[in-house]
Amino acid sequence: MIPLPNLDVIAFLVLATFAVLCGLSVILQKHAVASALSLVGVMGALAVLYLMLGAEFLAAVQMIVYAGAIMVLFVFVIMLLNAGSEQKSNRPRYFAYFAGIPALLVFLGLIANFILRELPNSASVQFGAFTQGGPAPVGRLLFTKYLLPFEVTSLLVLIAIIGAMVLAKKEID
Amino acid sequence: MDYFLVSLIKIVVVFGAFMTTLAYLQWVERKVLAHIQLRLGPQRVGPHGLLQPLADVIKLATKEGVIPANVNTFFYILAPFIAVSLALISIAVIPFGPAIELFGVRTNLELTSLNIGVLLILAISSVGVYGIALGGWASNNKYSLMGGLRSSAQMISYELPMAIALATPLLVLNTLDLRQIAERQGGGWFWNWTAFSAPPLLFIAFVVFLISAFAETNRVPFDLPEAENELVAGFHTEYSSLAFAGFFMAEYANMVTITCVATTIFLGGWHPPFPAPYSNYVPTALFWFFGAILLFHGLTQPARRWDRFTFPIFGVLSLGLGAIFLGATFFPVVGQILFPVFWFVAKVGLLLFIFIWVRGTLPRFRYDQLMRFTWTFLFPVALGCLLLTGLKVALFG
Amino acid sequence: MLPNAVPVSWYLVLSAILFSLGVAGFLIRRNIITVFMCIELMLNAVNLSFVAFSYELKKIDGQLFTFFVMVVAAAEAAVGLAIILTIFRHRMSLEIDDVSSLKN
Repeated sequence: MIPLPNLDVIAFLVLATFAVLCGLSVILQKHAVASALSLVGVMGALAVLYLMLGAEFLAAVQMIVYAGAIMVLFVFVIMLLNAGSEQKSNRPRYFAYFAGIPALLVFLGLIANFILRELPNSASVQFGAFTQGGPAPVGRLLFTKYLLPFEVTSLLVLIAIIGAMVLAKKEID
Repeated sequence: MDYFLVSLIKIVVVFGAFMTTLAYLQWVERKVLAHIQLRLGPQRVGPHGLLQPLADVIKLATKEGVIPANVNTFFYILAPFIAVSLALISIAVIPFGPAIELFGVRTNLELTSLNIGVLLILAISSVGVYGIALGGWASNNKYSLMGGLRSSAQMISYELPMAIALATPLLVLNTLDLRQIAERQGGGWFWNWTAFSAPPLLFIAFVVFLISAFAETNRVPFDLPEAENELVAGFHTEYSSLAFAGFFMAEYANMVTITCVATTIFLGGWHPPFPAPYSNYVPTALFWFFGAILLFHGLTQPARRWDRFTFPIFGVLSLGLGAIFLGATFFPVVGQILFPVFWFVAKVGLLLFIFIWVRGTLPRFRYDQLMRFTWTFLFPVALGCLLLTGLKVALFG
Repeated sequence: MLPNAVPVSWYLVLSAILFSLGVAGFLIRRNIITVFMCIELMLNAVNLSFVAFSYELKKIDGQLFTFFVMVVAAAEAAVGLAIILTIFRHRMSLEIDDVSSLKN
């Protein structure tokens, strides 16, 4: 019998490839709606990766809040403003292309090297090995240890709602 | 090995039943609407138009799929795929019955069991906006764009009261697993079902959920995204052939899924309204009553020529179904599947009938009325309901 | 040949790649909405590393940080998109280079 390749590895590789391709598509697509949909793809892949890391509640919240609310808002605004494709700018960004991108690549190489050298024997991820990410443990911790930050974020959301309403309201003269 | 085989069988059965339901739901809707409006509805294809869904499928599949000029082709084709596939996913976590034992294999009457089932359903329904919004935008048509925009605004707005109304019974039930939710409502009479268990708070939550469900599935009285007389047909004006069929199927699939969720969470899932030995005779009585009426009308006063043959045939079929259910009371192996599924399907059917009934009787809202209704009435009511239920649980347990 | 299991460090490298993609988009794009989406991409990348560390340490505190990041991101998106709407109303443009009146 042929030994089956480990499903954890295959799932990670497929999802990671998908996420990186979608991420590339976010920054390379000409049209804003295409970028937004690629970002939804990244978020979906990350949600499944959260599931593999045992964070079930977060995976669901990622889909509900990020993909279902925030990105719908983005798509809505893009359609409302009819923000079509970018025009060619008269000010090319030599600095970004010839200094920013190489610097970024160097940064990426350094950090990957650092991670792989400092964490050579980090725990190997197995689906189902860590089961503390369900709604009950998360909720318990949220309302005991992190009660104050939780209340503060609720205040922040309230302020953000009021701010968004005031900003987006048409001025009536 | 057993696990894969059993899962495969369950997937085939559920998928087949779901697809048939979708096809015939459309026939039922046309028939019920017709009778509400004193018409006959589909009559030509098959007895009483029973083969109409098949004819519709063949018609839509053989039509030429037109891709209009100047549309964004990729998104134009992607949109119906997103709509259909998202609409078909949620049925996987709905439990249709208790754990059963067949040929020595023990399994649950559902495709998969998740401890975040309710959250999964909320996630899928919140992502479902993309199909409609994209379809409207990619069509490059101002009516379609208006439909898509209206639909995304409407679905974002009504998701809030729907999620809160869904969270209210969870305070009492204390779990997010749909199977456990259904199991905790069983054991006896219908006042154990969440909708009736803490009067009147949870019943109000149920009604709020049902109203939001009308809006989430874009049904009358909230079918603004596809208002024929204002927007031609809204987001699917430019679609034809199978792409149009995809949007159509997605709408009906969403309807079935959301009624299944309402049944599982609010109406006790597969549990009968009163205890077991007596409730097992209800399906037999219903089918025999129905069959007797059909036989009587077909044999004594047929209204049309073919009724003389078709009514008695359906009557005998109905009597036979009743006999099967009567036989199932003596064979627990069959009864453990038939009775729960019967009660589940009966409740879902009742809710679907309410959907169609409302479509036949209520006029459409205006857009500003629609938005004012949810933000100034439905949302505060759902929030108050949640707070009061939380208070009740905190004080009395 | 595929290894037998995925170490947590791979997840961290994926997170670093996604973060760098977000920064690159932030530098080279000129549409305000796309730039905003690149910020969301960076936030998502950081969230992934939080969850990965939560798995490595077998504690769910990291997941709660992700939760808070999501809430703050939602608030940020609401206010940010409102600001973008206002900018569009005043300048009829979404080019980031056009919003530079303080410079001249």
